[in-house]
Amino acid sequence: MASSSSSQLPPSVFNPRRHVGVHAERVSDVASTDFPGHYPGEDHTWSLARFKENLTVSVKRLSQRSVEFDLVGVDASIANAFRRIMIAEVPTIAIEDVFVWNNTSVIHDEILAQRLGLIPLNVDPALFSPRLPGDIPYDRNTLVFQLDIECSRGAKGAIINEYVTSGDLKWVPQGEQESVFGDLVPTATNKDIVIAKLRPGQVINVELHAIKGVGKEHAKWSPVATATYRLHPLVLLNPSKPIPPHLAQKFASCFSPGVVKVSPDGEVSIDDRHLRKETMSREVLRHKEFEGSVELKRVRDWFIYSVESEGPYAPEVLFPESIKVMRGKIAAIRAAAEALLADSEGPDAGAAAAGPDADGDVEMEP
Amino acid sequence: MAESIPKIQILKGAEPDLSAATYQIHDESHTIGNALRWMLMKNEKVEFCGYSVPHPSENHINMRIQMYDGLSSLTALIQALKDLDDLCVTIDEEYTKSLQSGQFERWDEKS
Repeated sequence: MASSSSSQLPPSVFNPRRHVGVHAERVSDVASTDFPGHYPGEDHTWSLARFKENLTVSVKRLSQRSVEFDLVGVDASIANAFRRIMIAEVPTIAIEDVFVWNNTSVIHDEILAQRLGLIPLNVDPALFSPRLPGDIPYDRNTLVFQLDIECSRGAKGAIINEYVTSGDLKWVPQGEQESVFGDLVPTATNKDIVIAKLRPGQVINVELHAIKGVGKEHAKWSPVATATYRLHPLVLLNPSKPIPPHLAQKFASCFSPGVVKVSPDGEVSIDDRHLRKETMSREVLRHKEFEGSVELKRVRDWFIYSVESEGPYAPEVLFPESIKVMRGKIAAIRAAAEALLADSEGPDAGAAAAGPDADGDVEMEP
Repeated sequence: MAESIPKIQILKGAEPDLSAATYQIHDESHTIGNALRWMLMKNEKVEFCGYSVPHPSENHINMRIQMYDGLSSLTALIQALKDLDDLCVTIDEEYTKSLQSGQFERWDEKS
């Protein structure tokens, strides 16, 4: 089953081995099969040259807050690793300690602290080292803010400081921080987040300590609002059972706008340029008259990432950051594995039972 | 965490020549587990490779590797890690290239 001849997609996309079937109530062929021994007589061992040949990475849309890019030619396990790292292991700075000197608002101290922790800060995490439990706070691992606000009644009954927002956070430079940050004054990325509402006479006076962390510890350290991927949709028409011209419009309306083209004489074709917009609603599979004339597929190794940044990183640098973290993890495991190997090749080669002497404190890249 | 926990431990029951062994990798999850499993399975000398997260509140994964021809699973593991690193470098280069080409839609997103 081939699609239209004027295809914008590379022909290899129509290779049935790359297809995940989308049916009315199930999906099929989800697992990848590109392993040695799966297809007799074919070589599916790892080859970097072959991988490079098949790999396509292309950025599609970029705004100041989000990015959409395609990663084609990798396995789901790899694509998923980067997605997971973007959410949970790319570090950011967030408020961790809240010292409440005074709080007479209706918001309880612990709720207030929780809300403060979730404020995204515009601080480059590369400038900081993580502060582990028991470490002493100092200028390289802790950022201090002050939030001191009192609500009062002004002229003609106007209420001053009714809303406490993230813009009210005042940075208190410590040690070298003033010279390191220069003009980049640490603040919230969004200054309009309401933290609390006050009535005249109510006071909030807190000191905040922000530290470096990762999303797997607490979501407040996650640098993304969302980081997701989906597989590229594919609609295949069956040339031996074409759509009759009088049903062409009905057929087209089963898909997202633009996906199906109808020629003036009622001939139906797929517009590959708009295929990625297809929602895969499966509406077409509900109609008896279209049975057998169309197949819905997704391309198993074509990942369309959508990443929204919420914090200090520009959206386009989040993916390279995740690769950096991944390589740091690989390096740490590799160092340990090599230490293990050196150990087993040592004088008493009864390796398996011997206690491994792997270096547990290998440094991870920030 | 305590410094005493090694990054990798070989669990008991491994073959003396390490042709079949289970590696317990500390402080890792599905992120590395699944990617590494895939890369190990791309090696034709690997008879079996699988990983598990034994318990969600235990911070480690178990990676089982069994080799053909009595080869060392540890060498295969190290090779897979090298290959995985090459893969990361390749993807990074391609992404940077695409970003620098500037051939994409730029749009203004209201926050």
